[in-house]
Amino acid sequence: MMTRVKAPLKTFLGGIHPAEDGKILTLGKQKTAAPLPKTVYLLMGQHIGAPAKPMVKKGDVVKKGQLVGDAQGFISANVHASVSGKVVDVAPWPHPVTGVKCPAVVIENSGEDAWMEDLDVASDVDHLSPEEIRHCIQSAGIVGLGGATFPTHVKLTPPKDKTIDTVVMNGAECEPYLTCDYRLMLDKPNEIIQGLKLMMRCIGCKKAHIGIEENKRDVYTIFKDIVSKDPAIKVDLMEVKYPQGAEHQLIKALLNREFKPTQLPLEVGVIVVNVGTAFAVYEAVRFKRPLIERIVTVTGNGVENPQNFLVRLGTPVRQLLEEAKLTADVNKIIFGGPMMGIAQGSIDTAVTIKGTGGILVLRDAQRWESHACIRCGRCVDSCPYGLNPSELSIVCEAKDFDLALDNNVMECKECGCCSYVCPAKRPIVHLIKFAKSEIAKRKTKG
Amino acid sequence: MSASPHIYDGENIPRIMWTVVLSLIPAGIAGAFIFGYYCLSVIFLCCIASVGTEAFILLLRKQPVLSTIKDGSAVVMGILLAYTLPPSVPWYIPVVGSFFAIAIVKHSFGGLGNNIWNPALAARAFLQVAYPAVINSDWRILQHGIGNLVHSITKVDPEGKLVDAVTRATPLAKEAGAETYYLTQLFMGNVPGCVGETSVIALLLGGAYLIYKRYIKWYVPAFYIGTVFVMVIVLPPRMVTPWANNPLYHIFSGGLFLGAFFMATDMVTSPLTKRGLIIFAVGTGVLTALIRFYSGYPEGVCYSILLMNTATPLIDRYTKPKLYGARAKKG
Repeated sequence: MMTRVKAPLKTFLGGIHPAEDGKILTLGKQKTAAPLPKTVYLLMGQHIGAPAKPMVKKGDVVKKGQLVGDAQGFISANVHASVSGKVVDVAPWPHPVTGVKCPAVVIENSGEDAWMEDLDVASDVDHLSPEEIRHCIQSAGIVGLGGATFPTHVKLTPPKDKTIDTVVMNGAECEPYLTCDYRLMLDKPNEIIQGLKLMMRCIGCKKAHIGIEENKRDVYTIFKDIVSKDPAIKVDLMEVKYPQGAEHQLIKALLNREFKPTQLPLEVGVIVVNVGTAFAVYEAVRFKRPLIERIVTVTGNGVENPQNFLVRLGTPVRQLLEEAKLTADVNKIIFGGPMMGIAQGSIDTAVTIKGTGGILVLRDAQRWESHACIRCGRCVDSCPYGLNPSELSIVCEAKDFDLALDNNVMECKECGCCSYVCPAKRPIVHLIKFAKSEIAKRKTKG
Repeated sequence: MSASPHIYDGENIPRIMWTVVLSLIPAGIAGAFIFGYYCLSVIFLCCIASVGTEAFILLLRKQPVLSTIKDGSAVVMGILLAYTLPPSVPWYIPVVGSFFAIAIVKHSFGGLGNNIWNPALAARAFLQVAYPAVINSDWRILQHGIGNLVHSITKVDPEGKLVDAVTRATPLAKEAGAETYYLTQLFMGNVPGCVGETSVIALLLGGAYLIYKRYIKWYVPAFYIGTVFVMVIVLPPRMVTPWANNPLYHIFSGGLFLGAFFMATDMVTSPLTKRGLIIFAVGTGVLTALIRFYSGYPEGVCYSILLMNTATPLIDRYTKPKLYGARAKKG
């Protein structure tokens, strides 16, 4: 009899296994197009880097896909109209992630929903040069859709002295509750692989490695099938563990390469892309469709009907929540997942941006009283970056920023594992964020 | 609005502390069976006195009283102190000891999480100095309590001679004429000793539960007890009775299991990292064996843990976790 030896799942050291997974709420929910919003609020800063410059003024009539925000500088990204209609205002609007106001183009939807000329046309991609591919991606305003929103064309322009040998594609979706990537991988696996191949061609990289968490075996099988005749692309199952989809942990699990938390993956010859980004790249290069919509998981016990919505950028969140039947006694609305998501101050000003993969609505988000650290060491064991969160939280609380720097506070990626496991319920990540911003302030003061 | 993360696992300090209380119960029951019901009064007195002191000090420090007492840390401290006391101590010993542990060792350093030494052990050391007669030699045989098994224990020394009276504080006594005991006796705990330290099997039960719950790390008791075991083999025989130079006899005697599972694993007073904890455990083991073999005291668990508590900040400094990727290797 043949015995099959099961290879251990790939993973990293540290991390957590959140008991409250929440994915079950939307795992089986096929994406549905959210009703077109009456008004969209297109923020000019939906990416890391300089905000785009508004290219339209009040009263202009725009078509779907039209450029309304022009990228400023190298690290920046274009913004396009997500509906056709009339520009009713160009004014600052609160940013759902940073919390500060950011220039925005407000468009009233005419309901026509017609693409701009020259867009939405199929084109042959085989003859495109790397520069042409990069240009397509750049003009489509594509950013990292895993949440970091780093402009993709910049990522695909590595410094001359660095050679990229592998593109790693992130299909981990390790944040609890979110299933937008999972649904996309089920729906569009071929398109995602095409997008990945386009990016490989763009940087002249011969190898790719796809990592998928073990709770998505169906997706793994699909991807395995698609790339079965392509030895350049490897697909691997990884352990279900948070933060398995973070760059460092993904690269460690798949390629066993390590680099410092503050370094970029290109230090070890890798570029990491999200599956959503790969799909957006395919759409942009193959069909000349700029990034104007994405899948957003609207979930949590604060909505009666959790959904995966296909959402136009700039859609007011209230509309999505009402569509998902918001309950009355909600006490927390979070952009992103429960581990790294940003709690929203106002449900009425929050609008979706490129990096919004999920909107988590909780009705029983508990606020814990925090105690003194009892030095249990659980945070140290869980920190995937080899930091000492216990010590960091104490020195940050005491505002001893020099000691915080000595303890590598800047290397923290704020993944939240330490706060999650802390039995004293110390707001470790909060204290670290505070210290980082104070240190940044101190630096600018000189 | 609050910063991420927005979900937490269910662990909290009260749950940890009350689980430790639960895991200490078997040893207490064993103590009551072996030494008589008076043991229960010692345990009870210690708990009442430490909770009372905690409340008093919290009031003085203008800190929330009820919520802090409910976290159970004072109760854990009370039980641990009781377990290190002789079963027949007069009533004032638990009271004075608990007051010292909570007021001096715990709160004068800032309360839970900030104390340098394990409060129960520091109080035990204090009592040993303040009331040497009570702690070291004045061990009255308990007469009351139906569970008083001490009298029915039939002790046989290696030569097969029957010994009847319980006169020594510990099987590790070094004086001539000290008795020795069967390993099974030591394992079950029906030997002279302190309230909660004698029953190895009861302590193992509680310790295993804490390891299963991940509240203590298995390698701390393993390295501690293992080190004592190895030290007994390595060091030249010192005990007056040859049988007592058996390493198994040594690890089952005295307060080693209580210390290894419940004191050396105290989160507050031990290092943070795995490397640090192993250094801590090995150091404690070496010191315990050295004290047992070369000092005037029969037992070394208390002082060795206190000494290593003192070394904990230093150990922490030299065993910092390594920053991820600091020794970057390209696979």
